[in-house]
Formats: sequence, structure tokens, C-alpha cells
Amino acid sequence: MIEPFVITTEPLDPAPLVAAVQTPEDGAVVTFSGVVRNHFDGRPTAFLVYEAYTEMAVPVLRQIADEARARWPIGRVCVHHRVGRLEIGETAVLVVVAAPHRDAAFAAAAYIMDRIKEIAPIWKQEHWADGAAEWRE
Amino acid sequence: MITVTVRFFAGHRDIVGRATAQYTLAEGTTLGQLWEQLVAEYPRLAGYTGRLLFAVNQQFGQPTTALADGDEVAFIPPVSGGRR
Repeated sequence: MIEPFVITTEPLDPAPLVAAVQTPEDGAVVTFSGVVRNHFDGRPTAFLVYEAYTEMAVPVLRQIADEARARWPIGRVCVHHRVGRLEIGETAVLVVVAAPHRDAAFAAAAYIMDRIKEIAPIWKQEHWADGAAEWRE
Repeated sequence: MITVTVRFFAGHRDIVGRATAQYTLAEGTTLGQLWEQLVAEYPRLAGYTGRLLFAVNQQFGQPTTALADGDEVAFIPPVSGGRR
């Protein structure tokens, strides 16, 4: 049984989420993976640290999915967000949306990711290659 | 008087130097008033005024939200940056 909205220190794998959201009514499953990149504005990044107010973040992720469901005809949604230290190339967030048709699935996945950046109490600390670190806020 | 627990995250925790603190406040104190008190105590928090989200008991609140005894308060600094 896959929980739909999760904050975890464990590595993320999209395959079980894709399987969890898909029903026979769905002709589309969109997966967005947010991945740790090795630079920001040309400055080299060594690694990232993510932190969450987990007790609040989980219900906020559920609220965001409900907002998307009110706007587009979509089916099941899974959002899993990783916290702790993440290396370059690791997946920080997975947004997986099923829908009968692809337009709604694409639009809802983009909306959910934008809203996570706006209101989900999850923070990212950039650790630069030169040793400095700062919260991205 | 009421007692509330404040949780600090990310840049706020770095400024305050701890993750939680208890505050004893007058009845009827609002979230906005508690924030002003924190800014007075930790002036480096002032830069966050006006670009914060407020939470009480894991629900979003407003500066005008009145606090109650036992509440868990969080002042949520702007969340993780990024571009589309």
C-alpha cells in the first residue's frame, strides 16, 4: 500500500507511485521528478539539504492535490518529497498524477509542483562547491 | 496568560539558534503580535516580515489569528526557491 502524500529520508522511486495512481479509467499518468542539479546561476553546487515541517507538510500536500482536483478532471495523485542530504542527481520530489486524458494530467502536475514551491513548508539549503551554504528563500 | 510552543525552521532556526521555544503571552495575543515580539528579540528576523506564512497547529493562519493556550505556532520562512 503506497501512501499518497509522504515526506521521507529514503530515496524516491517513481515506479510504485505510477502503479499506485493508475486505474482502468486513466489514459494518462504524468510523473514529474525534481532532481538535484550541480549548479545554480552558474555557481557549482556540492549537495542539497531539504528540511520539512512534516506534520504540516503532509496535509498541505493533500490540500494542494485537492486544489488540483477542483480545477481539472484527474484521478489519483501521489506526492513524495525527500528530506535530508541529497547528492547531485538524486530525486528530491515526485509528483505523479493520473487522469482519463493527458491534458488534465500535465496541467495538474505542473500546478501541484508550483503550489508546493509556494506554500508547502519544505525548505532547501544549497551547499555550494566552495563550502558556503544558504537557505533558498 | 497562555503558553504556546513556537517551531523554527530553516533560516529562522539558524537565527534563533534552536528549533523550538515556549512563550508565555497575554490572553488574546495574535500571531502578528507574537511575530513582532520575536523580531524585537531577534532583530535579524526583521527581513522576513511581510514574506512569511503563519501557522497554528499545522494550519495556515493570519496575522490577526488569536492564539490559545497550548497552541503550536510556526512562522514559515519563504519556501524552497526554484524556477519553472
